[in-house]
Amino acid sequence: MLRLSLRTRRTLLPYLFLGPGLLWLIVFYAIPLINQGGVSLMTGNPEQGYTLQWHFATYTDAISDYGTQFGRSVLFAGSATVLDLVIAFPLAYFIAYKAGRWKNFMLLLVVLPFFTSYVLRTVAWQLILNDNGWVVHRFQDVGLISSNGRLLASTKAVVAGITYNFLPFMVLPLYVSLEKIDRRLIEAATDLYASRATAFRKVTLPLALPGIFAGSLLTFIPACGDFINAALLGTPKQYMIGNVIQSKFLNILDYPTAAALSFILMTAILIGILIYARLLGTKSLTEAAA
Amino acid sequence: MSSRDRVRTALLGLWSGLALLYLFIPIFIVVLYSFNDNKGRFNFTWQGFTFKHWAHPFANSDLSTALQNSLVIALATTVIAVTLGTFMALALVRYGFRGKAVTDLFVFLPLATPEVVLGASLLGLFLTLHVGTGMITIIIAHVMFTVSYVVVTVRARLEGMDRHIEEAAMDLGAAEWTTFRKVTLPMIAPGVASAALLAAAISVDDYVVTSFNAGSTQTFPLFIFGATRQGVPAEVNVLATLLLLVVLVLMALNVVLQRARARRDVRATGGAPDDIGLELAEAGARG
Repeated sequence: MLRLSLRTRRTLLPYLFLGPGLLWLIVFYAIPLINQGGVSLMTGNPEQGYTLQWHFATYTDAISDYGTQFGRSVLFAGSATVLDLVIAFPLAYFIAYKAGRWKNFMLLLVVLPFFTSYVLRTVAWQLILNDNGWVVHRFQDVGLISSNGRLLASTKAVVAGITYNFLPFMVLPLYVSLEKIDRRLIEAATDLYASRATAFRKVTLPLALPGIFAGSLLTFIPACGDFINAALLGTPKQYMIGNVIQSKFLNILDYPTAAALSFILMTAILIGILIYARLLGTKSLTEAAA
Repeated sequence: MSSRDRVRTALLGLWSGLALLYLFIPIFIVVLYSFNDNKGRFNFTWQGFTFKHWAHPFANSDLSTALQNSLVIALATTVIAVTLGTFMALALVRYGFRGKAVTDLFVFLPLATPEVVLGASLLGLFLTLHVGTGMITIIIAHVMFTVSYVVVTVRARLEGMDRHIEEAAMDLGAAEWTTFRKVTLPMIAPGVASAALLAAAISVDDYVVTSFNAGSTQTFPLFIFGATRQGVPAEVNVLATLLLLVVLVLMALNVVLQRARARRDVRATGGAPDDIGLELAEAGARG
């Protein structure tokens, strides 16, 4: 074995440790993204193949043709993120501060959905919201929907499905950030005559912000690209940008448009994250996210 | 506790219970409908209780093949991703080196990329290079998007670790490799185990990225999605329930092992026990 000084070994070792994993990410993550950029500028057709023509019009066409689906993605993902925050905050608060010996059991229940197939759980929602199902009839009885109204194949169903599927991703970071808060700070606030509500607003909430941000990112980003909920619980009227990318790529074989669409989605999300980073300061963002 | 506080806690508890119920209902439905005595292809309405689907869970050969593929892919993915990711985490926590901040950001990026983009661009590369898609390309894809989760999970564990124990081992004459094997590895083992569980769970469950890079290979989620049009056979529910049971047993085992370990540790060092639920929560939160 090559004998190197301890010093040289200590400088070389991290690169050796990082190398294989980093190489994997470069070859199968970074290069495909760059390649995707190239593909998006090609023209041609599925039969004769595509060649690089620096055809930037694909982008403007993609935006004008699929602006609706982009808008829908942002709207559905945004609504689901807000709903998840509203549902998850009290739950995370309860688990962190009030659950006592039930804490681990409740956390297990939160992660349980991870161990049942995502597609199958969405199929289960199809079954629950089914036109002849118990839920639809009760909704009709109470008058929440008209007597021949449906739950399935509607925007409501798609948003509910997305909200459901990403709820654990909101609960867990919120829980971790609430758990980390030094309870004495809240006590100090109430000792100093802050009301419970003021203490919550001025102490707990600001300290939970990293969790709120991390949870929102973890919910919003995957929700934006999701197409399973729209495909199983919606109709083409609810299709999101993920559905378009998937069908362009796999059914229509229109690679340039698919590439341009995913490039636009990726860029929009990265810009969003960078704005976050600016607002929060890079350090707290990587702390919250990494 | 004042009565107002009690009301507040009760309301909070009620809300939490309802939220957990919302999370739990579809899983309950999946399990319940594995016992449905359904006539015909569709398993959409409850028609009575039966064990018939449980008698022959592997009767549907396409489904069994798909599940088998998923398990092979998950195993390969887990082994590769955990190996690559653990060493990356070690480098990122234990060493200062040039380009560390950039590397940190780069490792985090795949987690911030929508799966549809990951899947589509990787397929784009395979198409450009004329690589046929199948089992191998699925494994490549799965390792690519699970390795960051592994890094994040193992890293969380490493950061909470007392470096002095390793230094003590080295001071007592242990070589670096021995220290790693006898001190570092056992200490990060729970983190590595959670990372492996997480990687396996993500891999078995992935539909989006797999749908792009599978070619004609079927996996469990692809089979289910494909079957939604003709009706998902009840055997799918049986197998999903079995998978869930296996995971629950593994988690219970992990908890028992960690409790035993913690009891030993408490006697030796007074360290606190940890828990798989918490590990996963942290992993999820940081992921």
